[in-house]
Amino acid sequence: MREVGTERVKRGLAQMLKGGVIMDVTTPEQARVAEDAGAVAVMALERVPADIRAEGGVARMADPARIKAIMAAVTIPVMAKVRIGHFVEAQVLEALGVDFIDESEVLTPADERYHIDKRRFRVPFVCGARDLGEALRRIGEGAAMIRSKGEAGTGNVVEAVRHARQILDEIRRLQALPEEELMTAAKELGAPYELVLEVRRLGRLPVVNFAAGGIATPADAAMMMQLGCDGVFVGSGIFKSEDPARRARAIVDAVAHYDDPDAVARACEGLGEPMRGLDVRRLPEAELLQTRGS
Amino acid sequence: MRVGVVALQGDVAEHVEALRQAGAEPVLVRTPQALEGLAGLVVPGGESTTIGTLLARCGLDAAIRRRAEEGMPLFGTCAGLILMARSASGGEPPLLRLMDVTVERNAYGRQRESFEVEISCPVVDPNPFRVAFIRAPVVTWVGEGVHVLARHEGLPVLVQQGRLLGATFHPEITGYLGVHRYFLELSAQRARGTPPSRG
Repeated sequence: MREVGTERVKRGLAQMLKGGVIMDVTTPEQARVAEDAGAVAVMALERVPADIRAEGGVARMADPARIKAIMAAVTIPVMAKVRIGHFVEAQVLEALGVDFIDESEVLTPADERYHIDKRRFRVPFVCGARDLGEALRRIGEGAAMIRSKGEAGTGNVVEAVRHARQILDEIRRLQALPEEELMTAAKELGAPYELVLEVRRLGRLPVVNFAAGGIATPADAAMMMQLGCDGVFVGSGIFKSEDPARRARAIVDAVAHYDDPDAVARACEGLGEPMRGLDVRRLPEAELLQTRGS
Repeated sequence: MRVGVVALQGDVAEHVEALRQAGAEPVLVRTPQALEGLAGLVVPGGESTTIGTLLARCGLDAAIRRRAEEGMPLFGTCAGLILMARSASGGEPPLLRLMDVTVERNAYGRQRESFEVEISCPVVDPNPFRVAFIRAPVVTWVGEGVHVLARHEGLPVLVQQGRLLGATFHPEITGYLGVHRYFLELSAQRARGTPPSRG
């Protein structure tokens, strides 16, 4: 008997994406550029995060017509974003046949208290996290993949580094704790106890963990891999740069050969201007995306 | 016995773990030089277009084809099988083109149709075992020298041609070791210089 939508099958697709680059695209043409460059998946969007940041207003799920056009243009998996807590947007994406749903802080939250009950869906979800507790709460709700939140649309990797290091540090700390302290650790993390035990046993998250939020160069991407991430999302970094096709390919090469400095050096060479980028410390609190949902 | 895993993209760590548990010494392969001295090579699951693009960019495609033609055993799962197939519909043509099978990409549908199921394959295991099909391809044609070792709903899911082994499913995702053990046996036969047990 075939069993669809099992945890193993959902987490399994994320496992197939490891070592890969997932790229934000807004048109079928961009999706083909991403696929030709070697992207493992594309994220179909109405606007890239840098434009959402610049234009303001309420950011919502993309138009199904746009998502369908992108799905028709490529054979690699297509992801799309829904607002935090907006389970009907998620139902719509599942009905369209999107391969992965990102419940994302980049869009304007629809619910400031609750995330989507992701176990009700056959399609797997990826969610952002800034620390281990947040990652485990999302996994507890059924997320099949975690990514750092970083600070999307800035072209500045500093927040992705902070979040990736935070999660890895907290995992190492759990492993050093004696067993009798784990319940209190779970309470302090705000995380399900069973998942705390699992993380301690595995020495890693029980799902694939990607880097996201501000990655703009091949060196950024390779650094996130060396820090221990399983792959990277690149949002505005590609199609807000001078030569998207070349930069896309270079980031794919840098992720595949992340621990070979000669290969990363070759990938970095002659790419033209990267996206301009923002100093995260100068962003007013209200403009931070990473604080949405926790 | 040293067995390589193509480590450019995909579920590399799962194959490394399965090989280790099945008793082999896994070796990550990112360059043609890394193929030296390997008893066999696994092409993992992942995105076939991505792995294919990366294989070509570092010259591994030609090197793998040459070693396979010299008799090195290859085991491809899902994307790995697509890359080994003679031809594939629904996307870029395959890169290695070593095995006389035709595959259709994502033939069961999109991710919401991905599934796990028990299959039977007496050559590998007297008991049925559980595997995952993730955006899996379907084998639509097999050539004369190809043995179908297992089927699911009438369609070939595990195929062998000489020392080439291909699965449309992922034994490494459910932690089932039998298919890897079978592949290690093929690799050991090659190392001993005896002909493969099938095909």
